[in-house]
Amino acid sequence: MTVGASDSQQGAARILSALLEARTGQTLSEGRAWRMETALRPVLRDHGLDDIDALTARLLRKGDSGLEQAVVEALLNNESSFFRDLQLFDMLQSRILPHLHESRSNRVLRIWSAGCSTGQEAYSLAIQLRNAWSRWNGWQIEILATDISGRAIEQAQSGIYSQMDVQRGLSIGDLIKWFEPHGDDWRASPELRRMIRFRQDNLFDAREPTGEYDLLLCRNVLLYFTPERRKAVLTLLGRHSHAGSILLLGAGETVIGQGDDFIAHGDFRGGYARQAAVTAQHVAGMRRAG
Amino acid sequence: MKNCLVVDDSKVIRKVARHILESLDLSVSEAVDGQDALTQCEAAAPDVVLLDWNMPIMSGMEFLQALSSAKMTARPKIIFCTTENGISHIKAAVDAGADEYVMKPFDRETLESKLSIVGII
Repeated sequence: MTVGASDSQQGAARILSALLEARTGQTLSEGRAWRMETALRPVLRDHGLDDIDALTARLLRKGDSGLEQAVVEALLNNESSFFRDLQLFDMLQSRILPHLHESRSNRVLRIWSAGCSTGQEAYSLAIQLRNAWSRWNGWQIEILATDISGRAIEQAQSGIYSQMDVQRGLSIGDLIKWFEPHGDDWRASPELRRMIRFRQDNLFDAREPTGEYDLLLCRNVLLYFTPERRKAVLTLLGRHSHAGSILLLGAGETVIGQGDDFIAHGDFRGGYARQAAVTAQHVAGMRRAG
Repeated sequence: MKNCLVVDDSKVIRKVARHILESLDLSVSEAVDGQDALTQCEAAAPDVVLLDWNMPIMSGMEFLQALSSAKMTARPKIIFCTTENGISHIKAAVDAGADEYVMKPFDRETLESKLSIVGII
């Protein structure tokens, strides 16, 4: 809330923060909290409410799940761009994907983009794979992209992006090659869209993905969670990793002090690998289960 | 410090571009049309040119054609900057030698992204 906000406004902000945390596990940092009013303006307008006090009053008065969902969606940060952190994507293209190509003798590549927002990260990966298709042709490639925001997943599935979206990070060559004009917007080609399975999912509920992934990206997600939630997410990602998996986090994120599921990767700066001990426990558990 | 030549007949656009580019630690020079830009490029080639499409005297496309036959030690990267987002315009710009393409109005993030793609920052 802004400096000088009234007690009732601060109370409303706390209620909405609690709603967001209960539904998503995300906490509202100070930087996001002060944008709360701006973020919620469309919700207030759509529901004929004067201000945040009126919004919280209605939420408390009657269990309106549609309104709750609209509030949560509005408070989530869905900012994303193509090839966000170009250095990381350069490393993916020049080293990590070639490494996975060499090491995955079963010719199966499984990638999970966890917290994919509006899908640009998953499409960027699909573009990199398609641009090196002579290498990957004949492989079974699965890109799973999940996000808690239904609205973000809907856009990701459509593959439709505005001119402003495509010119943030997407090279002109890739735009012409992999996107088609769609009115004033652009739409990812069917080849790209077919490569990715988008799904609305909460990193904490039971609908988690199945099996192990070779490459896991969970970038700019942990920073919204409490330390306990971060550990829980890393444990979840660890459960879906194998000894050769590579985890990539956001530039300001780390596994240090967040449990013992992952350690810094020896070969890829900024990448993480599963702890050997965790992997051994995982294999032993699978043997017992089998 | 790398140099960017901003070519646009609009003083406002040049001013906005200069503000953004200087904040990205680039030195900036300005040209008001393609002919002015060509003269400056032949005197001292910049690292990158932010090039408007529609300008009097010599358009952006005419500048690109002239640049290809100009005697220069090194060819600058070209970022075409226009209000046209039709795919035919984009393809025409790429065919004429543009390295990137950006729509007006642009912001800092967009320009930063394009400069990064062409290897300037």
